[in-house]
Amino acid sequence: MYAQLVKSEGKSQAELTPEDIAFQERIDRGEKIEPKEWMPEGYRKTLIRQIGQHAHSEIVGQLPEGNWITRAPTLERKQILLAKVQDEAGHGLYLYCAAETLGVSRDQLLEKLHSGEMKYSSIFNYPTLTWADMGAVGWLVDGAAIMNQVPLQRTSYGPYSRAMIRICKEESFHQRQGYAIMMKMATGTPEQKRMAQDALNRLWYPSLMMFGPSDKDSVHSVQSMAWKIKMNSNDELRQKFVDQTVPQAEYLGLTVPDPNLKWNEEKGGYDFSEPDWDEFYQVLKGNGPCNKERLGARVKAWEDGAWYRDAMVAHAKKKAARAVAAE
Amino acid sequence: MSSEWPLWEVFIRGQHGLNHRHVGSLHAPDADMAIKHARDVYTRRNEGVSIWVVKSVDIAASSPSEKGPLFEPSNDKVYRHPTFYDIPDEVGHM
Ligand SMILES: [Fe+2]
Ligand SMILES: [Fe+2]
Repeated sequence: MYAQLVKSEGKSQAELTPEDIAFQERIDRGEKIEPKEWMPEGYRKTLIRQIGQHAHSEIVGQLPEGNWITRAPTLERKQILLAKVQDEAGHGLYLYCAAETLGVSRDQLLEKLHSGEMKYSSIFNYPTLTWADMGAVGWLVDGAAIMNQVPLQRTSYGPYSRAMIRICKEESFHQRQGYAIMMKMATGTPEQKRMAQDALNRLWYPSLMMFGPSDKDSVHSVQSMAWKIKMNSNDELRQKFVDQTVPQAEYLGLTVPDPNLKWNEEKGGYDFSEPDWDEFYQVLKGNGPCNKERLGARVKAWEDGAWYRDAMVAHAKKKAARAVAAE
Repeated sequence: MSSEWPLWEVFIRGQHGLNHRHVGSLHAPDADMAIKHARDVYTRRNEGVSIWVVKSVDIAASSPSEKGPLFEPSNDKVYRHPTFYDIPDEVGHM
């Protein structure tokens, strides 16, 4: 989801050392792994990839919503959107710090984002075309994020788990403000209702893609699930998301853009169409509608901010030198 | 030259998975001894699974007189709380 297609670095059963086995037993007992403790190299690498990708998603995820701050319809709505985007910046920072406890620096992670070596969630490569998209993003995108992040509060890596707990506390506001926008639009003028429907039409399948490929194509899940880095399968979470979201769409009087959507009494959930996985892989490869724009904005922000970061370091050095001189 | 041992702030992780929490301070000649003392002073009843110590002089703190300017601005940002939004019960927990 915020971390899609994270490559997991497990070993085969025969390669496991006594340390590896003892480590797995700790995880099975529900113990948390903390930064200075021994961990398999594969666990460390996989976590860096996953937490890094999660952090990048929070940061890049500011862009599609930041796009509407200056055009929010009221001052109150502008304040709310600003507060939400500010929260996402905070989420990115919590997560970069959690990744740094694994021996990677934030600058290294950013370099890998900027070079395209590391990814962020595919969802943020779609455009936000109207104000209704601000509603749909909060409702669907944050909704999908919550679905994934709530179980991750129980992940085995202590700093990641604690970052998730903090983040989850803040996410509820994100989804509710989005749904509140949808309620306003869906009960507004016919044009507003059309905009709400159009936003749902465009963002529905990209939201389903957030959970990653179908379980049958998800090659890295087994090891990550054993390590409790991944808590649920992709399809399991996707199903939960659909079951939760369809009644919410119905309440709004909007139609989920899926002719195959049908309640399945037997399984106690909806049957629904899978998203277009070719499109998903294309977007991950960099060929989505906004990949270039998003990454370009990130790189530009980093480069434009260089003089400021340097100036602050120079100032801190000067102050420290003065303090020494005054002693 | 004074030979008084410096002051250390002590943080204990009470249980697996929780944050370290500040529990108090103590004097010790160096970090190793500070951890040993912290074990004796603050975890005699098995209160912890991990100890951090930080020299008190290395802690930068906000000043009490800045409380207003620092924290009051968030008071009027009620929209940061989920309860600010009226969402009908029928749509499920959000
Ligand atoms: Fe977030
Ligand atoms: Fe969010």
